[in-house]
Amino acid sequence: MTASDVSQRTVTNPTGMIEAPVGESRRSRRRRERAEVAAGRLSSPAASTIAIVIAVLWSIPTLGLFVTSFRTVDDIQGSGWWTALTSPLFSPYNYQAALVDSGLASNFVNTLVITLPAVLIPITLALLAAYAFAWIPFRGRSTLFVAVFALQIVPIQVTLVPLLNLYVDAGVAGSFWTVWLSHSMFALPLAIFLLHNFMKDVPPSLIEAARMDGAGHVTIFFKVLLPLLVPAIAAFGVFQFLWVWNDLLVALTFASNDATPLTARVADLAGTRGNAWYLLSAGAFLTMLVPLVVFIGLQRFFVRGLLAGSVKG
Amino acid sequence: MDWLLDAETTAHKLALMVLAIALFAVVMGGILFAVDKPKRVPQWVVVLGFLGPPLLLLLVGLVYPALRTLVSSFQDRSGDGFVGAANYTAIFTNPELLLVLRNTVLWVVLVPLVATTFGLVYAYLVDRTRFENLAKALVFLPMAISGVAAGIIWKFVYEYRPDQEGINQIGLLNQLLVWLGLEPRQLLLDQPQNTFFIIAVMIWINAGFAMTVLSASIKAIPDDITEAARLDGVSGVEMFRHVTVPSIRPALVVVLTTVAISTLKVFDIVYTMTGGQFGTSVIANEFYSQTFRQGNQGLGAALAVLLFVLVIPIIAYNVRQLRLSEEIR
Repeated sequence: MTASDVSQRTVTNPTGMIEAPVGESRRSRRRRERAEVAAGRLSSPAASTIAIVIAVLWSIPTLGLFVTSFRTVDDIQGSGWWTALTSPLFSPYNYQAALVDSGLASNFVNTLVITLPAVLIPITLALLAAYAFAWIPFRGRSTLFVAVFALQIVPIQVTLVPLLNLYVDAGVAGSFWTVWLSHSMFALPLAIFLLHNFMKDVPPSLIEAARMDGAGHVTIFFKVLLPLLVPAIAAFGVFQFLWVWNDLLVALTFASNDATPLTARVADLAGTRGNAWYLLSAGAFLTMLVPLVVFIGLQRFFVRGLLAGSVKG
Repeated sequence: MDWLLDAETTAHKLALMVLAIALFAVVMGGILFAVDKPKRVPQWVVVLGFLGPPLLLLLVGLVYPALRTLVSSFQDRSGDGFVGAANYTAIFTNPELLLVLRNTVLWVVLVPLVATTFGLVYAYLVDRTRFENLAKALVFLPMAISGVAAGIIWKFVYEYRPDQEGINQIGLLNQLLVWLGLEPRQLLLDQPQNTFFIIAVMIWINAGFAMTVLSASIKAIPDDITEAARLDGVSGVEMFRHVTVPSIRPALVVVLTTVAISTLKVFDIVYTMTGGQFGTSVIANEFYSQTFRQGNQGLGAALAVLLFVLVIPIIAYNVRQLRLSEEIR
């Protein structure tokens, strides 16, 4: 544990100074105390104030649309959302209008139906490929791995039209299958690369020991490696989940009307009904609902996954 | 077959999803079961079992389409005959497409620079203050939402109402202008500044990313270094310029290049806010409208290839900088 980790924790948890962790070594305690002194010295009230003011400013646009999504149609058109803070009049009508009258409920289902397989399938495939690249020796392994690694830089725009033509020829265009397949294909290079890095970090002695016991590759994969990789899988899983959930381009290209996810439908509304703010505000927050819950609930994995996967696209 | 392809009711869709996952599990389980006999199965069969399905998907989904698009970029709008480099010439001569290129340059220069600078200063400012985690979470939050939602949030900030008696502004920015005694403006329509208002949205999203990465590397600077500098009487801005920034240089390069690449490919924000109209289009958006709206497959393919080509130098720079920083160590 580094000093800054500790100081970060004491910032979040004001009582942390009193509740010193049990079993803390003397050295780490000294470092912690030093960090606390440093933290006290650095956290000038001015810096704190500026930091929090900027953070609030950063959130105002989102807050504005959020407030708007609960205002009546007339209010939204007649006055700014900030006036609602002094004379509040809120109703969930906009969400009802969006979900039921405009049918966004079925788009919500589509997003869900698209996302789950589009996360599970590439992770599974990538785990297997990463295992082969890390722990099964074969000729041409490193060349093949570099090739897969290099595929990360292919922008998905380059693949869309030929892929769509393939789907049309196969008679499956527009169905959920094409969306699942496309998301899985696009996720693989990054997923294989990341999971391979984590698999490489597993001590070879563990694998050797399992091999001595007569375990085959499949057994080693499931019994030895998989449990160790849970954090890595979670990080990539959260990243892929958000990528698919928030995706617009793949959905617009491949999903037919019956399979259109929320993002594509809301983007469509923004184009065709650009002034219907009661609908757009509620629609935007429906797309944000699940990502925000994931963000708040799984923030650690979320940040890790986003940082790891930020080159994708 | 129709049951598999056309799902209209919720129950049907969910059933299809469960079926897809189950089917996938059965197929993969079968393959693994078949290769799980360490002695009797030759090595290459095991490798094929593990690597075959993902590699097949990569070939069909990435390699073949990329090559096919490269060919299409030299063909005409319907993909029937070859037209040489005409599509590429069009990109660099047609005034509308030149505008697209200019906008893309603006995006790729401004977003990484401003987002990284802001992220860096903010990470330094917020380090070890009270509420650090809350403040960082709020700034990072836009990373979690879709470009569509971000586009709508900001479209509402920029919303315009005619400047008449009895009509209130409902967009925050125009209301601020009115409060300052200025006239409200068509922020998303008036060229050329509308591009900058859309660029601001991408900065809003990516600043949180830059801040998070840079904050982590600022925290990783050894205490000894800052302590020694402090004993030498270095503080404040000097500390920031001569100690903090040089210490996190590799992270800065990674952030700049990463943001540049995601900016190059940005599509959903422009698509949601203006649809690329009013002179705001960028390459990724123009690719979509040329291919799927105008039906000009050749030009669309050329734009996609251009996107691909532009990514390469950024990645090359990134790799080179990483090598350099490893050599220094």
